[in-house]
Amino acid sequence: MNILVCITHVPDTTSKIQFTDNNTKFDSTGVQFIIGPYDDYALARAVELRDQTGGKLTVLNVGLAESDPTLRKALAIGADQAIRVNSEPKDSFFVAKQIAHYAKEGGYDLILMGRESIDFNGGMVHGMVGELLGMPSFSPVMKLDVEGTTVKMAREIEGGKEMLEASLPLIAGCQEPIAEWKIPNMRGIMSARTKPLNVVEPVSDETQAVASQYQLPPAKGAVKLVDKDHVEELVKLLKNEAKVL
Amino acid sequence: MSILVYIEHAEGKVKKTSLEAVSFANALSAKTGQGDVVAVALGTIADSELAAVGKAGASKVLHASDDRLTAGVIQAHASAVAQAFEKVGAKTVVLAKSSLGDAVAARLAIKINAGLVSNVVELPDTSSGYKVKRSIFTGKAFAETEVTTENKILAIKKNAVDLKTDGADATVEQLTVSLSDADFASKITATERATGEVLLPEADIVVSGGRGLKGPENWGMIEDLAKTLGAATGCSKPVSDIGWRPHHEHVGQTGVKVAPSLYIAIGISGAIQHLAGVNSSKCIVVINKDPEAPFFKAADYGIVGDAFEVVPKLNEALKAEL
Repeated sequence: MNILVCITHVPDTTSKIQFTDNNTKFDSTGVQFIIGPYDDYALARAVELRDQTGGKLTVLNVGLAESDPTLRKALAIGADQAIRVNSEPKDSFFVAKQIAHYAKEGGYDLILMGRESIDFNGGMVHGMVGELLGMPSFSPVMKLDVEGTTVKMAREIEGGKEMLEASLPLIAGCQEPIAEWKIPNMRGIMSARTKPLNVVEPVSDETQAVASQYQLPPAKGAVKLVDKDHVEELVKLLKNEAKVL
Repeated sequence: MSILVYIEHAEGKVKKTSLEAVSFANALSAKTGQGDVVAVALGTIADSELAAVGKAGASKVLHASDDRLTAGVIQAHASAVAQAFEKVGAKTVVLAKSSLGDAVAARLAIKINAGLVSNVVELPDTSSGYKVKRSIFTGKAFAETEVTTENKILAIKKNAVDLKTDGADATVEQLTVSLSDADFASKITATERATGEVLLPEADIVVSGGRGLKGPENWGMIEDLAKTLGAATGCSKPVSDIGWRPHHEHVGQTGVKVAPSLYIAIGISGAIQHLAGVNSSKCIVVINKDPEAPFFKAADYGIVGDAFEVVPKLNEALKAEL
């Protein structure tokens, strides 16, 4: 089975979020970048499936050269080869177009990615790629097993989950607990250096909804502490001051 | 030129988040003079329930009652909504962010060539161009997004507008959609859903517990407090990781992001990844015995004390007051 995993190159979840250039750019000073946590789940499951069924596992990122270490890490975790579409990821539609093009070229049986990126949180790319390629798409998928050409999945819904069955090829946006994150071992890190990382050019420039101006939420005031022996005070504050009861 | 709202229903009732989407569309229509609000509902649901969608601001509800659409098959829903969009000649689709809504919106965006903005937090600014404010970095920032396509889809976040309740009943019209086998190529074989409870992603009040509760056997007091408040229960990531609570209760960066009016965190220290899931709450209360717990910095109100002592007392005080 040939699998494509699309990954994002995003600020670590503990990063302080700040903007620069008159709030038009993310300030990456001192920020560590990682494989998107949801993408990491997708990658971990893809490695397991590749090991189980054979075939090739390709990772793809739409990004500039600073994404290369992130792609190398994905290779160290177990991907066989990497593709970087050499452009900033301008918006979800732009990214979906690139993935759809290179996915078609690669003829993959299964395309996995995270349910959403943790920077823009759109959660749309898998559905868009699915529609562009005429493949079914599912998200957020928390369990995915392949039996022959049948795929059995669990998709999280509000307050529970639904079990699904579909046939390959398909696309899934993944989340935990689909697999345990994998930490690259020394052999993986060594072999990642020589695995192919192909840089390709974007196939279309079209965008539809580009973010232009950023804003931080207003600063939170200090916490009001209530004595533990007078919890009725808290009830009064919630009722009369915060007006949330 | 109408605004189309995709509405979801469960257990015979239209979801409150979908009614918020209708209210959002109604306010958008008033702001831009963009014509009436038409909702589209798919699958089996009583027409009387759909007529009540008018109270939130829709003048008409298109109902494709094909029972195959009752379960949310993503591809089929995207096709049906695209057909409703063509039929009413809309330019804008509004829907509530949800598990199914997100999946349908992404496919719909390609079908109708629409710019899609998700996590929308307020009405668009149409003074020059079409700018939409959305939440990014899991609630840690906002982005103004310029939509350049003629057709647009807005997936709105909870609490983006106040729910309108004073509209007149809507007329309900049957909608016939043509769906192919390909639309139903995937099958939903079973659904496990907590019934009769308040669902976490849609709840107005959430009571969450963390490792400070020491074990799953101590969740009774969390559930009691939630019951008093009509709240949903949540938990921190370590708690769902060790299996004390089910995964769908995990609130945080990689779990459910909630936006209730009131979030009560009990025995949760407040790791940045947990805060990312709750920072859209209107009011946060933290109960923790460690006065240095980072969660207090993100809280509106706090009690430094042992949860086992404070929570039952708080429950009694609430019962006396509510």
